[in-house]
Amino acid sequence: MTLNIPSFNLASIGPWITLSIFAIAILLADALSPKGNRTAAPLLALAGLAVAGFQTISLWGKNGLDFARMVYVDNFSLFFYMVFILGTALTVLISLQYLKDYGKNLAEYYALLLFATVGMMLMAAGAHLIMIFLGLEVMSIAVYVLAGLFREDARSNEAALKYLVLGAFASAFLLFGMAMLYGAAGGTLFLNDLPGRLTAGFKPLTLLAIALLVVGFGFKVASVPFHMWTPDVYEGAPTSVTAFMAVGVKTAAFAAFARVFFLAFPTLMPDWTMVLWVLAVATMTLGNVVAIAQTNIKRMLAYSSIAHAGYLLVALVAANQLGAVSLMYYLLAYTLMNLGAFGVVILVGRKKDSYLSIYDYAGLGAQHPALAAAMALFMFALAGIPPTAGFVGKFYIFSAAVKAGYIWLAIIGVMNSVVSVYYYLRITVLMYMKPAEADLGPINFAPAVTATLLLTAAGVVLIGVFPGFLYNLALNSVKIFPGL
Amino acid sequence: MMMDYVWLIPLFPFVGFLINGLLGKNLPKNVVGTIGSVAVGLSFLVTVCIFAQVLKLPPEARHVEKVVFTWIASGPLQVQAAFLIDPLSLIMLLIVSGVSTLIHIYSVSYMHDDDGFYRFFTYLNLFVAMMLILVSANNFLLMFVGWEGVGLCSYLLIGYYYEKQSASDAGKKAFVVNRIGDFGFLLGMFLIFWTFGSLNFKEVFALASKYPVGSGVITVITLFLFIGATGKSAQIPLYTWLPDAMEGPTPVSALIHAATMVTAGVYMVARCSALYSLAPISLTVVAIIGALTAIFAATIGMAQFDIKRVLAYSTVSQLGYMFLACGVGAYISGIFHLMTHAFFKALLFLGSGSVMHGLSGELDMRKMGGLKKEMPITYWTFLLATLAIAGIFPFAGFFSKDEILFHSLVDGKAIYWGIATAAAFITAFYMFRAVFMTFHGESRVDHHVAHHVHESPPLMTVPLMILAGLSVVGGFVGMPLIEGAHVFRNFLSPAITPVAHHAAAHPTAAFEIFMMVFSMAVAGLGIYTAYKMYILFPDLPTAICDKFRTIYDLVYHKYYVDEIYDTVVVEPIKEGSNILWNVVDAKGVDGVVNGSAGIIAYLSAHLRKLETGFVQNYAFAILLGVVVITGYLIGR
Amino acid sequence: MLINYLPILIYMLIAVGLLGVIVLLSELLGKKTHTVQKDIPYECGMDPIGDARSRYTVRFYIIAMFFIVFDIEAIFLYPWGVVFKPLGWFGLVEMGVFIAILAVGLAYVWGKGALEWE
Repeated sequence: MTLNIPSFNLASIGPWITLSIFAIAILLADALSPKGNRTAAPLLALAGLAVAGFQTISLWGKNGLDFARMVYVDNFSLFFYMVFILGTALTVLISLQYLKDYGKNLAEYYALLLFATVGMMLMAAGAHLIMIFLGLEVMSIAVYVLAGLFREDARSNEAALKYLVLGAFASAFLLFGMAMLYGAAGGTLFLNDLPGRLTAGFKPLTLLAIALLVVGFGFKVASVPFHMWTPDVYEGAPTSVTAFMAVGVKTAAFAAFARVFFLAFPTLMPDWTMVLWVLAVATMTLGNVVAIAQTNIKRMLAYSSIAHAGYLLVALVAANQLGAVSLMYYLLAYTLMNLGAFGVVILVGRKKDSYLSIYDYAGLGAQHPALAAAMALFMFALAGIPPTAGFVGKFYIFSAAVKAGYIWLAIIGVMNSVVSVYYYLRITVLMYMKPAEADLGPINFAPAVTATLLLTAAGVVLIGVFPGFLYNLALNSVKIFPGL
Repeated sequence: MMMDYVWLIPLFPFVGFLINGLLGKNLPKNVVGTIGSVAVGLSFLVTVCIFAQVLKLPPEARHVEKVVFTWIASGPLQVQAAFLIDPLSLIMLLIVSGVSTLIHIYSVSYMHDDDGFYRFFTYLNLFVAMMLILVSANNFLLMFVGWEGVGLCSYLLIGYYYEKQSASDAGKKAFVVNRIGDFGFLLGMFLIFWTFGSLNFKEVFALASKYPVGSGVITVITLFLFIGATGKSAQIPLYTWLPDAMEGPTPVSALIHAATMVTAGVYMVARCSALYSLAPISLTVVAIIGALTAIFAATIGMAQFDIKRVLAYSTVSQLGYMFLACGVGAYISGIFHLMTHAFFKALLFLGSGSVMHGLSGELDMRKMGGLKKEMPITYWTFLLATLAIAGIFPFAGFFSKDEILFHSLVDGKAIYWGIATAAAFITAFYMFRAVFMTFHGESRVDHHVAHHVHESPPLMTVPLMILAGLSVVGGFVGMPLIEGAHVFRNFLSPAITPVAHHAAAHPTAAFEIFMMVFSMAVAGLGIYTAYKMYILFPDLPTAICDKFRTIYDLVYHKYYVDEIYDTVVVEPIKEGSNILWNVVDAKGVDGVVNGSAGIIAYLSAHLRKLETGFVQNYAFAILLGVVVITGYLIGR
Repeated sequence: MLINYLPILIYMLIAVGLLGVIVLLSELLGKKTHTVQKDIPYECGMDPIGDARSRYTVRFYIIAMFFIVFDIEAIFLYPWGVVFKPLGWFGLVEMGVFIAILAVGLAYVWGKGALEWE
């Protein structure tokens, strides 16, 4: 008996291995070191992310498959690796002081962040639908636990449970869709093989599969009508975890969403773009309109993130090169501006999230001008006002839609971004044009959070003014989609 | 070559913005004010140098693009951060940097007792930088950056006195209304990119010239762009924010809401003359909106008592004139009026600021009167500006307004001319009403204010005098009648694409002179009416108001447009948001569950026992989504 | 178009039908007698005390989870034993990594004190 062992190159998944090893090391260090010594975990996490970042950069430019065609090693996935690493690193930075205030600065938190990041990378690089599903679950299970980190807090528990139950529900649809696809394609789930194998005779089955995949991914990106968990979970979860979910999970889901749909179903584009068109419009509109009525900042940002999922769906609908590029650019921009905004929320919220109402921002401009300026910048960026990254991103997305002939979609999108100005601006108005109801008191400017704010603010402006570099990176990455 | 340093023009104010913004809190007020004024002054100097250099070039070579860096470079989408130097942008740069310098100097004194002094100069410098970018950009996207930037600064400055609820509300209103306009601009821009594959002015206009006159896509583009212009330049239906914007400090009203930012729409239409000239329908829309706004705002101006609001409605009305000019294809006349208007309207606002300064912040003209003696410089400069806006020879407004009236008749329709002439009459009336109520007659000043009424310090009066000088002589660059003496037109015409079929009309000099005399007579009549009502028979206005109570109330309440917008637009959106949130998102699914037939209610009732909270509803929403999407995909 | 879904429909009908028939048959054919004694939950002949759904301490679950994890590890070693030779060194190293990861897990739970009952 002989077994054929496929050849593989461990370097192709270097970042995954690094992050896993570091996550395990964090757990071990915590378990074996004397109690109370917890400074090592965040440092180890950052070190792991740094190493993974270097490995990602050294892989840049490779284009191929590895591990028996299970894993893509291409710029598309590497670009997203960098976004994940950046997002996770910034999350680590904003978490430190926040968790200390809660007495929850646990090593497991950082380990779970790293595991979730590995899951995201799997999703972005999976060349086989089962790989993508594995990635999704690795990521999701870690995030379920993270959402319930504050065990004593009823809302945190509620958030975790809701996310778990509904996440499992949606995962089932995703898996069911893959099963349908397996049947339709005659027994393969390799993304590369799917377009050739999906023959016309099995079109109904394929369409069924597409519908179910849309549901599965739509849940993770928080698209209407699969969005309903978002506000509750975002509000209940620890703020740093909310930030991580809003940027990381969404980015990973969109990476997989784009890869699967662009690569596997180019011939069925007229079918699925119509569905996504409707979802995009519904998602944008509901997210923006409902956000206006919110008074809790985390809930408002939750609806804002739903609205942004809508904009990103527009990029998928466009289904052209510019669309794919704009998706990548926007996700990076979104990561920066959203993490920045959540950083401010953490600083303003202070001990145990005591100040989460938007009215707590009144008078911030006078008492903490730098913090208010940063928040204003992030709000303007989220609203898409030039010259921030948010503007360039929206510009790319709507240009892509116009270029693909979806003029009405672009019009609805632009109208939506007009509506969104209302609630983003309200924060700015409160900060600058309303006196504080009471003295806000000192804000603990933890160095790590301050550094995050500086970094994200600089990034939001920098990639807004000089988007060319990123654009070229992204353009270089989307060459892998022959159907666009 | 000075032109290589064109990027210095917006850079100076931007550096001023950074210095004042970062360090201003700890600097003495004089230093902050000096930095702010010098920064803008330097921009003006650079502009003058470049202007001198451009004058030496032959007219056809006066189009230079200076690329600073490539902003967005990406296959089909090439956008540069680049400046365009041509007669149109130069004129705008001169106006913006020149008037800004004067207003900065004025503000040093005017704002001296304000606690937010450094904040004021920070915003003001940023505004100037953005405005300069707006008028000197060589492509739509960079122009849009300036367009949004000035909007942002305008919003910050309107809400400058944020302790006042009305001020912060006005700021928010301005921003939101402007965003509606921006939405039009943005869509126009997308369509341009979609149609021509470029956003560079020169390339777009070159490609557009191959399209036939009346081409559908260009009509749509120009209409979208015009929506943007109505927002920024306060035209019907988006004009409501401008009168409220008077909540800002008076120098801001002078600079942003009279001389510069609000004229951006006119500039944009003139800049896109190559597109508008191909779209007769759009031009008609521009002309009609302009004419209607001119008369509509003028009538409201008649019944206001707040001196700044009178000026605000007057600004809206004058902007209407500029659009009317553009709409009949007389872009140069529009820009000409833009320039003269910048002089005299800035002067009027600064004059009203000076009055406020002397009267401890009083704005109500019913509590003024007889200020002529106490504030002679303010009075005389204000009077000159009023004569200019009324269109009396030989003041600046006469030349530009007369040109617009002339073109609206010759190139447009008689009705435009009729409306514009009526508006000119009303303008002369309400402006002199303001002069008479403020400076003439008996003093109605409150007693506790009356004893320290004083003329403003030189730092304020000198800018007034300079602007007054410009309001007097500024019109002579556009001498009518004499062939070749219209220096302004000769300079500007290379940058403007005229409407194709308009060369034919060329009336006689006698007709032109008749028109001038006629418009002077109309203005004179307006002045006389005001004189009669407010000097000779001061009781007459009340009597008239009583007699036409309904009409007066309608006008006094600005035709209730704000109230209508509130009821028709603002409230429904707020309501809709609440409904969507409460009903559709939170209860809608619940409603479906409860409202559906027995089996689902039964199931849901039992599911509820198994789980707490509303997770089942969320799951139900997902299920609904599955059913609908699957049904759609399979059933279609 | 829709006709292509006929097999799925038939499949679904058979599945639902079969279930229905089984439930129905057992309902129809089964003889039902209810007595008080018969309806009492069976508990080793004792009279039931309290609610059947009482809570257990969370430690049972933790131990159960550990058992399953390490049980599966052990089970996984059997097939490896069968193909030990053909897999050669590669298999040995792979298995080493696999066991090492689980060993680290064991170290973690041990260090965290999860193995102690009190």
